[in-house]
Formats: sequence, structure tokens, C-alpha cells
Amino acid sequence: MEVVLFYIAASIALITSILVITRTTASHALIYLIVSLLAIAVIFYLLGAPFAAALEVVIYAGAIMVLFLFVVMMLNLGPSQVAQERRWLEPRMWVGPSILTLILFFEMVYILAGTPALTSGVAVSAKEVGERLFTTYLLGVELAGFLLLAALVGSYHLGRRYMRARREEIG
Amino acid sequence: MQTAIAVPIDIVLVLAAALFLIGFTGVLVRRNVIFLLMSLEIMMNACGLAFVVAGARWIEPDGQIMYMFILSLAAAEVAVGLGLVLQLERRHRHLDIDAASELEG
Repeated sequence: MEVVLFYIAASIALITSILVITRTTASHALIYLIVSLLAIAVIFYLLGAPFAAALEVVIYAGAIMVLFLFVVMMLNLGPSQVAQERRWLEPRMWVGPSILTLILFFEMVYILAGTPALTSGVAVSAKEVGERLFTTYLLGVELAGFLLLAALVGSYHLGRRYMRARREEIG
Repeated sequence: MQTAIAVPIDIVLVLAAALFLIGFTGVLVRRNVIFLLMSLEIMMNACGLAFVVAGARWIEPDGQIMYMFILSLAAAEVAVGLGLVLQLERRHRHLDIDAASELEG
């Protein structure tokens, strides 16, 4: 039965990814991308990687996609903003993503309902991941920290120049 | 020991390859920078899926650790990429990637 859940989530991931690259409006594509990431999180959980699934939802679908959304919103400033807001409320904006997310939600409910797992797969728990991460891969963690610091400095530099130019335009 | 489902690894790898190809097609077809970044996200996510399924196949945490590194890489790439998007919009008033074909200071 759980294998069926995997195939449903895989089809949703594929369909929404195709929809992402065929949309014309950035905000529509963004919502489909979030649904795609949620579907892949379900796949991670089914494959026995609950920690990766949580990271996918929290960091990918949460933090990174919100960053995208901020920029898309920022670029839409201007007189067309009201029309944009009104267009956000149109049914065709949210009906498709909502139906697909609902399917994922029911899958999650079914999984959490405590049906006994019938299969031979073994989950890799967050404890094992953490132990290996902070012993064998300690150097990798520090390098990832360096990378994030470099990205922080770089994006601050780029964004500061943008915001200063924007203030001069307004004031 | 917590259990999980046993799916043929081929199927999941085919899924990862399909997602990667969709993202790759997006990078090739689209010219809007926002869509390019989204397609890159799809591709990186497909790579992460391949790592996680390999870790699930051999019951090793290494797959998830590589997935976490990919995650931090994606976060860094998105931060810098979106900063560049803002700069491009300020300079050219549109988001066509071809406008940046001749980079200048």
C-alpha cells in the first residue's frame, strides 16, 4: 500500500515540476515549485529519511521559497500592484496547487495514522545522521559554514547597492 | 528499528533523472532569470533525491549528509542569485537573461 503512496507522490513531483517550467507568471510557478518540494519531502519520508524530509519542508519549501517570493513581490512594485493582488485571488491561481497539496496532505494523514509498515526497508534516523555529520564530515560542515558566510556577504553587497538606488529613486 | 518502504532503487533513480531533465529543460528554454533559478532548484533537488535514495538503499547516513550539503549550497546559490536578479532588474528594467550576456561593472 505504501508503495502506491510513493507512486502518487512521484507523479505529483513530476507533474508540478513540468508545470513550474511552463508557467508564464512567476508567482504561479513558485507555488507549483513548493508543491513539488513537498511531494519530494513525502518521498524522503517514505524512503526512510525522516530528517531529510523535515529539512526539505523547513529549509527548502520554507526558507528558500519564501526568499524567492520576497523577490518576486519586490519586483512587482508599482501601479500594477492592486491588479496583481486581485489576480492572486482568482480561483485558477490556487485551485490546482490546492488540490495537489490536499492529496499530499491525505497521504501524510494516512502515514501518520499508524498503519504497520509491511516492507523490509530500514529508516536512517536523525541520530545516526548527526553522529556521522559531526565526526566523519566535520570538515564538510565547516566548509558549508564558509560557503554560507560568503553567500551572506555577497548577497548583502549586491542588495545594499540595490536598496540605496531604490531609496534615491523614491526620495 | 524504524521501518520504511522498499521501492526498487531503479524507479527512484529514474524519477531523479526525470526531475533533473525537467529542470535542465527549464534552464534551456526559459529566459526569465527567476525561472532559471527555479529550474536550478529542481535540478539540485533531483541530485539530493538521488543521494537520499542511495543512503536508503545501503542504510547509511552519508546520503542524507550529502543532501544537507546540497541544501546549504542551494541556500547560498539562491541568496546570491536573487541579489543578482535585483541588480539586473535595476539596470535593465526587465529580467531577460540575455541582457546580461555582456557583463560590465
